[in-house]
Formats: sequence, structure tokens, C-alpha cells
Amino acid sequence: MIQYEQFTLDNGLRVLVHEDASTPMAVVNVMYDVGAKDENPQKTGFAHLFEHLMFGGSINIPDYDEPLQRAGGENNAYTTNDLTNYYCQLPAQNIETAFWLESDRMLSLAFSKKSLDVQRKVVCEEFKEHYINKPYGNVWHLMRGLAYTTHPYKWMTIGQELSHVENATLEDVKAFFFKHYRPINAVLVVAGNVKTEQIKQLAAKWFGPIPMGEKYERNLPAEPIQTAARVLDYEANVPLDALVKTWHIDSRLSQGYYIADLITEVMGGGGSSRLFQRLVKERRLFSNLDCYHFGSVDNGLLAIDGKLVAGVTMDAAEAAVNEEIEQLLQEGISEQELQKTINRTESVMAFEDMAVMSRANSLAFYELLGNAALMNNEFKKYQAVTAADIKQYSQQIFRKENSNTLRYHSKAN
Amino acid sequence: MLNRIQSPVIYNAVDFDLQLPQLQSHTLDNGVPVHYLPLGEQDVMQVELVFYAGNWYEQKNMVAAATNFLLKNGTSTKTAFEINEHFDFYGAYLNRNCYSETATLTLHCLSKHLSVLLPVMAELVQDATMPADELAIYQQNQQQRLTVNLKKCDFVANRYIDAYLYGKQHPYGIYADAADYAAITQADVQAFYQQYYQQGHCMIMVAGKLPADVLTQLNDVFGKLPLKAGSPSIVNHTIQPAEEKKYRVVNDEAGVQGAIRMARHFPTRTHPDFKGVQILNNIFGGYFGSRLMTNIREDKGYTYGIHSYLQNNLHDSAWMISTEAGRDVCEATIAEVYKEMELLRNEPVDAEELDLVRNYMMGTLLGDLDGPFQMIARWKNYILHGLDEHYFNDSIHTIRTITPEALQTLANKYLQPNDFYELIVV
Repeated sequence: MIQYEQFTLDNGLRVLVHEDASTPMAVVNVMYDVGAKDENPQKTGFAHLFEHLMFGGSINIPDYDEPLQRAGGENNAYTTNDLTNYYCQLPAQNIETAFWLESDRMLSLAFSKKSLDVQRKVVCEEFKEHYINKPYGNVWHLMRGLAYTTHPYKWMTIGQELSHVENATLEDVKAFFFKHYRPINAVLVVAGNVKTEQIKQLAAKWFGPIPMGEKYERNLPAEPIQTAARVLDYEANVPLDALVKTWHIDSRLSQGYYIADLITEVMGGGGSSRLFQRLVKERRLFSNLDCYHFGSVDNGLLAIDGKLVAGVTMDAAEAAVNEEIEQLLQEGISEQELQKTINRTESVMAFEDMAVMSRANSLAFYELLGNAALMNNEFKKYQAVTAADIKQYSQQIFRKENSNTLRYHSKAN
Repeated sequence: MLNRIQSPVIYNAVDFDLQLPQLQSHTLDNGVPVHYLPLGEQDVMQVELVFYAGNWYEQKNMVAAATNFLLKNGTSTKTAFEINEHFDFYGAYLNRNCYSETATLTLHCLSKHLSVLLPVMAELVQDATMPADELAIYQQNQQQRLTVNLKKCDFVANRYIDAYLYGKQHPYGIYADAADYAAITQADVQAFYQQYYQQGHCMIMVAGKLPADVLTQLNDVFGKLPLKAGSPSIVNHTIQPAEEKKYRVVNDEAGVQGAIRMARHFPTRTHPDFKGVQILNNIFGGYFGSRLMTNIREDKGYTYGIHSYLQNNLHDSAWMISTEAGRDVCEATIAEVYKEMELLRNEPVDAEELDLVRNYMMGTLLGDLDGPFQMIARWKNYILHGLDEHYFNDSIHTIRTITPEALQTLANKYLQPNDFYELIVV
């Protein structure tokens, strides 16, 4: 049970405070309600590029990192398809420095041309390092394009293509900032060795004067219900064939999400999971085989993803995956398997909650979803899932016409 | 009117009173030491068995790693699946890792489940059978993974640079080819298991919110086993550094980036220069605001990231610079690294920068000590190096007091281009 206090500034900034006197540190976490899904389809990768620019100096402070490091702090940020999150951790005595820095870059960036020029290059190198210059690096570029025809989840956070990042202009940067980086579209979480009263004063002092901005009304095109199976055969200069299959699942707050999460545990969680035991160990068709999802806010994807043992045909490997799914649809899971997945979930949550930074991040995320209190109800939602739910939901999602298959062939084979 | 130009008062992290929580120790009936830290708010804990079973002790390449991997793949009464099922059912994680000198078996679990998990851990240490079919699957999957990794310039660069530094025959420099995996036999891993696990030298590191009877539980489960304290009799390996210092390798004709590694030999953690060079390294390439990051990423945009670090080996060690840069700017990147070395040799670090680095290092140290698992990991590292809390306190003293002149002296001693190996793998 995570305790917290909550208040809202006049400019709409939602503030949450989680006191934990057992640590000497404080965490300041600012989450903005903007992700890659909010990008213009012709200018993808922008939310993430923008995250880099948030470190290129703000209106009154030329350098974000230096004063924070001087205060004994560390920071980082990440962008997903759904949101952008900035967090720093520093000795609690120096917390006001974090307020000074974070509030100034919410007030306004410096919009430096030099920063844009350099960070475009840095992000292009990041793009190359993770997605081009790496075997199988484009798997999710291909899979997103296959599984989504309409919803902006169809491109990756890093962007659809390098040129979108290369062509970003300072005008784009300014427009994006004043549309999305306003108090009304953000959540501030402060956690660690702090007091709520102290945070109320600091928040009012540093964030209070920032103009509210306009609430961003998200109006994304919904992905139409898929009606026919999609298959993409792709050939690349990789040593082994790989198979990736996905199915559409429900959005983050729906009951289906929790069931889907447990299904990934049954199929791919740990050394005793079904796919690993049957297809990697017993039948030796794959050298690795995982089942997972991305925790997407909107309707997401459940994925099964593995590399084939050399000599195994794509058809045989895919047939074997389909047999495992068929068995799940026909027989469901045992009570013992259900209990195991719930125990594992309980454990994952306990370990996640160890770090104050992770607690702060979770509070911000649930608040962004609509209500921080959801965080404390998560485990109950998993406990409420029955074996019958798993069987029923499996039958709902693992339909052929809801499936997307990427058959990633090695040129060598 | 709020002054947004001026930073709020910053309290010097340098002045904080940083204490490493005192490690507690206990000896089991068989002499095996248990080191423990009863700390933490969440009901979770860690038990790590540390064996002297790294590749330092193997006679044949990859036998130590294979043995470590197969620890949880079958005993005389349980299959690999049953073992996994047991730990998975309780939401516990049982991981194994093989390093150069040591190899570990590590349990993370909810504290309430410890008593049903420890006995199976002991079974793995005493009764693992290393089944032939499990070995075959391991060999096949490792070979497959290797073929994928060999396509990655960073993976290839990491192999080569260590081989240049230590020699390919040395445990720190050796790497695996497909044939090495194929050559491992069941007899090899069983013999290694018997000598270095079943009857091996071991210590136990425990941290988290511990059950009141944790020491009794540990003694009941591990205290009667034929495990030994201390480390095995000394095995010497002599490094054979490559003579040639500069290498350019094309691994992938179509590659758009190069993996750059630059490294020189450097003494281990017990050397008197180590603490000072840790600070010099921070300034050079050890954190986001470092000289290398500021110049090569934040000014030139050649790379997504560039870092330098001191390896943490027990016997011989090295100072390493590592980055992946655009293919056409790899040579320029290396030139900039040498320029930054030159600056550190020729000019004392100014007071403001040094002050910042002192505070940054103290602040991150404070953050790193947040949580029992991080603290026990630090203690483990000290114990393996034969160090204690004095080392921690001396490090802090060095961070607080080292002078620009002392740093410049260290830069002149160690940041000499001729001492550095230099590698680009495209």
C-alpha cells in the first residue's frame, strides 16, 4: 500500500507527494501527457527528439545537468508511445534545486538552434545504434506497420524514418512545447525524504506562476477491428530465422488487460512457462521464445517472439506455436498455474516498489491514466482473474483474424 | 518576484555524513561464512551463494560458464522444469552468473517464502546432475546466440579489446567460438561441479528484510554440506598483452556505426592510485557531464553516448573508453578522446568543475546506498578484493580532498596515448 497526498495548483498541475523517511534521497518526477502517438504522421520521432531538447537549456538556466550534478543529483528521461517522463534523484536537502530546474523548463525552453542541431545528430546515432546497425533491429518497425493500419501506434517512438528526425525545425519544437508541455498536461510527483507541507510551498512557489496552457484533447483515430489475418514475409542479412506473432488486446484500464498480462505469464514468464518448456526445451524448435506485451495505454498487442533453431522450418515453428495456443484455448489453465502467475505478479510488484524512484514513477503513471489510487488496486485486479477468464479471453484474442505474423527470414537460409 | 536565474542554496553533498552500514557476519557449522545486512522496508530478500568457480579455475574454455548455467537444470530427484516450477510458483527468482574468479547462485524472494526455497537451493549445490540433454540444448542455444551476437560491432569489439589487453589465453581475455561450446562434455561439467560447487569454496551474502531465524535456516540447510570457507589454492595466470596497439576491423561491410574501444592496463582497486583515478575518470568520461560526453555527444553529436570506466577485476585490470559512433566520424572521435586526455595532462581541472564532480560523486554514492541489495553488492566487492569499510571511508576522503594538482599528476601518469590500445569495429 503506497501512501501519498495529492493536490492541484491553480494552473492545473497535479501534484502528488509520497513521503518515505527511510531514504536520504528525494525524487522529483514530471510526467507529460504526450507520447509518440500524438505526433504528426509526417513528423514522427518528434516526442522523443523533444525529450533530448529538454536538456538543452531553459529560458533562465543555460544548462540543466550541471546545477543538478552540483547538488549531488542524477537524472534521466524516457519517451514511450504514450507519454514522456523526466525524473531526477538527489539528496533531499537539495530538493529545491530540482524544483528550480524542472519548473524553468516547464516555463519555457531556450529553443537553442545549436541544441537542436546537435540532438538531431545524437538521436540519429541512437536510431542507428538500436534499430539499424543491429540484427533484427527493425522487427518492431515492421510489426507495428503490419498490426496497425490507422492508430498512431503504427510507428515506433524513435520515429518512422531517420529523415523525420533530420528534418525537424525550431518552429516544430516551439509549437510542440506550447501545445504539450503545459502544467495542465503534466503530473508532478515528489517522493522520498520530504514533507507534504514543504512540497506544497515549493510547488506553489516554482510551478504556480507558470501559465496553465490549454488542455490537450487527444483525438486519435481508433484502430479498426482487424478482420483478416496478416502475414509478412521479410528477408534480412541475419543468421537465424525469427518468428514474431501479435494479437490485439484491450486497453490498459480494461479488465482484458489484466487477463492478457497473466496470459503472457502463463505462456512466457520464467523457466516453467509453457512456450519455453514445450518449444525451447522439449521440442527444441526455438532457441528462445518469449511472450509479452507493452503495457500500452490504448489497445495494445500481445506478442510471441522467438528465434528458430537452425534447420527448423518457419512452417513447423509456426505450427508448433499455434498448437500451444490451441491447447490453451481448448483446455485453459490449471488452478496451480493460475496461482503461480498471481504469486509471480505479487512478487514483481514487491520488487518494483523497493526503489522510491519506481514508486514515484508508478504514481505519476496512474495519475496520468486518471487516478493515482489505481496503483493500490492493481494487485486486487489480478487476484480477481479466474482460470475461466483466462480461457475465455484467450479465445477472444487468439483468433486467426486477430493475428499478425512476421516471418523474418535469414538470407543465409 | 521569483528569481529564476539564481539557483536555490545548494547544500554541499561533500559535507554529508555518509556511512556504509556495518556488515554482520556469522559462521556456519562447516565454516562457511555468512555475511548479512538486515535492512529494508519491503518484505523481500536476497540470498547469494558466491563460489570460487569462475573461468579462472577451468581447464577448458567455457566449462565454468556451462557448469554454472546447468546448476538449475536437473538433480537426481527433480527435472529442470520441476526446479523452475518450484521457484516460479513462489514468485522467486533464482539466477546464476559466472564471472572471472567467482560464480554465483542468487535467490530473490518474498521473505515469507524463504523456508520452502532454501532447501531446493541446497539440492542444486549438492545434487545437480548436469543432464546430457540439458547440456546439448545449452550448447545449441549458446551457439545460436553467438551467431547473432557476432553480427554486432559492440559485441565483437568487447571480445577483441580484452584479448588485446590480457591475451586470448588469459581468463580475462578469452572468448568463445562455436567450437568451444561444441567441445564441452558432460564429464567436464560434472567434474567441475564436484570440485568447485559440491565441495567448493563458498561464502553466503544475505540482505533484505530477514526472517528472525534466518541464520538457523541457513545453518540447517547449508551448514552440514561439504563446502569450504576461503578461496582455493592459488592459480596463476599471466597476462600476455598484444604488441600491436591499433586495430581497425570491418565486421559488417554495410555497418553504419563503428564500436570504438580504447583501453590501457591499470592497477586493481587495491592500488593507491585507484581512488584518485576514479575521480579523474569521472571528470574524463564517467558521468553525463563528463568531458567526453560534453565534447563528443553534446557538442559534436558523433554518438548517442561515450563512457570511460575502470574495470573491476581482482588480478589485473584496465581503464576503458567505450562508444558507438557514426561510421564516418569514428576516427574523429578517437582524435577528440586524445585531445581530452591532453587537456587533462596539460591543465589542472578548475575548481568549479572539481567541486561539481565531488558533489556529484557524493550524491550518487548516497543514492547507490539506497537499498539493501545495493549495499550488499558493494560489500561483496570489497570482500572479494580483501577490503573493508576503511576503503569506503578512504574513498570518501579522497573525493572530498583530492587537489587539481594531484589529478593532473595522475593524468600525466596514466592518460598517455602510447599506453592505449585502440580499436574500431564497423
